[in-house]
Amino acid sequence: MNIWLVMLLGGLITFGMRFSLIYLFGRFQIPETMRRALHYVPPAVLSAIVFPELFLHDGALHLALDNYRLLAGVIAVLVAWFSKNTLITTIAGMITLFLLQFFL
Amino acid sequence: MSEQSKNFWAGARAEIPLLIGVFPFGMIYGALALNAGLSASAAQSMSSIVFAGSAQFITTELVHQLTPGPVIVLTIAVVNLRHMLYSASLAPYLASLSTRWKVLLGYLLTDEAYAPTAIHYEKEGITPWGHWFLLGAGLALWTNWQISTGLGIFLGTAIPESWSLDFALPLTFIAMVVPVLKNRPAIAAAISAGVVALVAYSLPYKLGLILAALVGITVGTVLEGRKSPKGTL
Repeated sequence: MNIWLVMLLGGLITFGMRFSLIYLFGRFQIPETMRRALHYVPPAVLSAIVFPELFLHDGALHLALDNYRLLAGVIAVLVAWFSKNTLITTIAGMITLFLLQFFL
Repeated sequence: MSEQSKNFWAGARAEIPLLIGVFPFGMIYGALALNAGLSASAAQSMSSIVFAGSAQFITTELVHQLTPGPVIVLTIAVVNLRHMLYSASLAPYLASLSTRWKVLLGYLLTDEAYAPTAIHYEKEGITPWGHWFLLGAGLALWTNWQISTGLGIFLGTAIPESWSLDFALPLTFIAMVVPVLKNRPAIAAAISAGVVALVAYSLPYKLGLILAALVGITVGTVLEGRKSPKGTL
């Protein structure tokens, strides 16, 4: 199969999935339980992305003080909690990681 | 400033911290795609035709391994399954839009556009101009992704890996998720999803992520239902 055809089909399927429920839920009533469940998509998906980035190293659990990403992540959680500001949190976490990497 | 442009620029601004992480990611993709044997035009086009970071990386790798086309297409589909969750999650806020808007916003609905938009909608509820926020976030990301892909193709990866700029993405997600954790069901949803994501990490095609999200959503919904049988919305 030609690479252009692969990209075209892959792109169409990707678009279809992104578009699907935005489109369908505009035409049909969303059941109440489902509506309630959808509020938990952001916390669930975001932590499912974040946890492996902090706790895993090369696919294995890495719970130690030399896991700098975990330490920087904990600092970021604290900064996020108090500042409620995305940019400040990201910068604080990056600076923490830089400092740990370059000075320890 | 009109409500439209206010929302549009708020969305674009909310995307800025994410771009720190996305930019090097796009450059690495561009460089890898050339190495894998894609032409410069195919590598660049994939960033607008497929427009999905992790699926593009995996496609590049599969092309490099001379994987048959249908297998690659199927892989892209499974890797991007999570976007149906995003689509469902934002649907209530976009329900009244024309199909043309839904097509445009559907095309722009990546992980990085979804995250700030979902958080914004949770806070603001359904507003008449809310879709401009997603448009702003989505276009900021789209533009960035095209430019960083192009730079990666022509310059290679100019940013050293030791800068760890990739870490900016999980940090931004942390910044977004922490303020949402206002009650026990939300905290339980986040922690259970996180733990399942660790346990199921080795599953292929990001299926671990989907499984983790579904467990977290279920835990949150069940706990909330127990607390107030009628539900609180």
